[in-house]
Amino acid sequence: MATTGMILPGLEDPAARPFWDGTARGELLVQTCGACGVKRMPPRPMCPACRSIDVAWTKTSGRGRVWSFVVPHPPLLPAYAEFAPYNVIVVELDDDPSIRLVGNLVESADGAINAIDPATIRIGEPVRVVFTQIEDVALPRWVRA
Amino acid sequence: MANTIKDRTAIVGIAQTSFGKGIQDSELSLACQAIAMALDDAGIAPREVDGLVAFSMEDGREVEVARNVGLGGITFFGQVGYGGGAGCGTTGHAALAVASGQCEVAVAWRARKRADKGSRPWAQTSNRIDNPWQWSRPWGLLRPVDEIAMLTRRYMHEYGATRDHLANVAIAFRKHANRNPHATMKDKTLTREQYMSARWVSEPLCLFDNCLETDGALAVVIVSAERAKDLKQKPVYIHAYAQGIPPQHQTMTNFFCEDPLAGPSHTAAKRLWANSDIKPADIDVAQIYDAFSPLIPLSLEGYGFCKRGEGAAFTDDGALEWPNGRLPTNTSGGGMSEAYVHGFNLVVEGVRQMRGTSTSQVEGAESCLVTSGEGVPTSALVLRR
Ligand SMILES: [Zn+2]
Repeated sequence: MATTGMILPGLEDPAARPFWDGTARGELLVQTCGACGVKRMPPRPMCPACRSIDVAWTKTSGRGRVWSFVVPHPPLLPAYAEFAPYNVIVVELDDDPSIRLVGNLVESADGAINAIDPATIRIGEPVRVVFTQIEDVALPRWVRA
Repeated sequence: MANTIKDRTAIVGIAQTSFGKGIQDSELSLACQAIAMALDDAGIAPREVDGLVAFSMEDGREVEVARNVGLGGITFFGQVGYGGGAGCGTTGHAALAVASGQCEVAVAWRARKRADKGSRPWAQTSNRIDNPWQWSRPWGLLRPVDEIAMLTRRYMHEYGATRDHLANVAIAFRKHANRNPHATMKDKTLTREQYMSARWVSEPLCLFDNCLETDGALAVVIVSAERAKDLKQKPVYIHAYAQGIPPQHQTMTNFFCEDPLAGPSHTAAKRLWANSDIKPADIDVAQIYDAFSPLIPLSLEGYGFCKRGEGAAFTDDGALEWPNGRLPTNTSGGGMSEAYVHGFNLVVEGVRQMRGTSTSQVEGAESCLVTSGEGVPTSALVLRR
């Protein structure tokens, strides 16, 4: 497989693997304690609320709001510099606003990360998840909802 | 109260190499030069050194430092992690070791070469990662500046902070550097117009919101308060010391916890002030970790100089500027305008303020807060004369 030069998950972290298996199926999952039901992201082996190592994964609606965003400019790694300036956003999920995820705001699943004018991005604006296939990873990104 | 280390140890030697870019000497060589000069400053023979505390990122290991500088038998050695969070941490661990009798003469130091392997971890990441960076870097949140910019945008949104507040920080520290002959930015002034028209690095942060890139080294020597009375320099007492990792903290990408803007400084501050007779309102001068300008308002809030959300406004009216500001801060120019050596120059400048030898000396200053990296597991010191 041709590499894009982008930084991607290695898919070998056992705590993270179900998340990436989910995105490959087009599902946005969050790690959930199998004992007490508290959700946590990023995933990890133990529930900080009850110490259980039982893990479940909950499918989310894939809807959220922009919590913050940045617009990186060079110097950057080459695979990203070619798109700079581009946006990176943090999204808080509608299902559980305590869960936040990093992403990009795009016009469609295959849209470029520099296509949206950053001056139009607003904290609090609603977004919906899409999945962009990059090498063997389905990367969650976000479109305006 | 527990048996704290309050005033039981003192910093009695300080030194720094020259600061620059492209210095030929290795990190190990720079470290050894700074340590040898700091011992000379203290009037202590190298063979008396029996304690060493290093940054975990340090290239020169303890055994190499000891073999080069000709140190005595080492009975205490340790490391503090998390890069810029470790400056006060190494100094504080050295003080703990001296106060508890594990060693008698301890040295803490930092040498750094920006061009060296390991100094810019973000630029050397392999393309496949299974560590926590997999939750941020794939989307192009690559560098420390991008990670702090994300918190900064949110901070601006929640509290109405503006780029003018960040400019207050950058301009204050530059003015101090302009008075410091050893500062990288000694001869370069900075106006608000220059700040506002500077190139972006990661919006909302521009070039002047970032620290410098510096080669250089600094070291401090710590002994007991009793020993300090008989040495060459006026002792600078370590009055209080603390480290901080807040609950559910994720280093640099602290977006995932309940309250991302209540960073490590809030946790360190609780222990620091609990163990200190000197309180925030008593502090005469501060050296606050400034890899990025927004860390100043966040730290001012964390260490209790103002309430949550008031850190940006605190910087107005020249509050951080020598000589008339309410809290002269980073009086050597700090990481943004003197040198960026993972914040260790802030410890050394704190000592100079307590000795009365800063180039922007706060008249009659009796106490100084020194802090390390906000945004990573951190540490802080209260120094006093
Ligand atoms: Zn649980």
